[in-house]
Amino acid sequence: MSLTTSFNSPRTLALWILMLAAFVSAEPAVHAQVDTFEFQTVEQQQRFRQLSDELRCPMCQNTNLTGSSGGVAEDLRREIHRMILEGMTNSEIEQFMFERYGDFIFYKPRLRMETLFLWFGPLIFLLIGGAAAIAVSRKAGRTAQKSPELDNAQREKLQAILKAKG
Amino acid sequence: MGRLTFYLPVAGFLALALLLWRGLFLDPKELPSMLIDKPMPQFQLRTVDGEAVTNANLPEQIFLLNVWGSYCLPCLVEHPTFMRLSEDGSIPVVGVNYKDQSELAKSWLETNGNPFAFSIEDANGRFGIDLGVYGAPETYLVDAEGVIRYRHVSVLDETVWAEEFLPAIAELQAESR
Repeated sequence: MSLTTSFNSPRTLALWILMLAAFVSAEPAVHAQVDTFEFQTVEQQQRFRQLSDELRCPMCQNTNLTGSSGGVAEDLRREIHRMILEGMTNSEIEQFMFERYGDFIFYKPRLRMETLFLWFGPLIFLLIGGAAAIAVSRKAGRTAQKSPELDNAQREKLQAILKAKG
Repeated sequence: MGRLTFYLPVAGFLALALLLWRGLFLDPKELPSMLIDKPMPQFQLRTVDGEAVTNANLPEQIFLLNVWGSYCLPCLVEHPTFMRLSEDGSIPVVGVNYKDQSELAKSWLETNGNPFAFSIEDANGRFGIDLGVYGAPETYLVDAEGVIRYRHVSVLDETVWAEEFLPAIAELQAESR
């Protein structure tokens, strides 16, 4: 049976539209993780969310810890949960991750000697480009201004030519 | 002056092109280890056979620490290399049985052969986190003082052994002499 024949009555058509609408409006599954961690306070839970959103899964390259079902991501979430319950601050937890997985674990790398170029490289390129643009436009401006001005000898010559023609 | 304004941007472009060209051949999956030149993390665990094991049990010479699991197919690929290394006595190999079940690990060793002096059981992956492991197989070169000197991620076959590990080991030996 083809699709067109199933639309032969208005009732089946309405049913199709209803099913489609139900499918489209269904909430997408945002969080891939299924583990259930218990916290003492809402604040702890929010910090857990924040940390596992901001830390990157070392195995799966471009997902955060929240969105990854990879083995190591699961273990790291468990560690974050443990450290939060033990009363460690966010920066202590981030330091723990940094000591083991380095800058890669952060989507926003720390400002260090090794990451200076990463942070300020684009600014350097912008400055070089800007300087070049200014230099070029100044040079163009200078040559444009020069042309209409004549010195005294040229003026006399011009007068002579005009007189001869007139 | 005119020459400089021409050659400076050209030189800049070439330098950038070279940098980005090199970037094309970097492997983004190989993360630099944070533990190079740092001592092995402290552990107090059990072997796959159920015996207590700590840092004190590690070989007092240069050795390999190989992270493996019975579920890990690449581990089976590199397995013959470790078998050869342990059979001809080139270097002791210590295993880390990463996120595995000890029954499965034991039968894997029985079926395929056991190249390890012992295998540290890291069932929940906690020791792996201290090592900065993000998936088996990984292999660390540890010196006689228990300091990690080199890490290789993924399969360690005879080529990797000859091209990466032998020079690194020679360097360590020259250093201690």
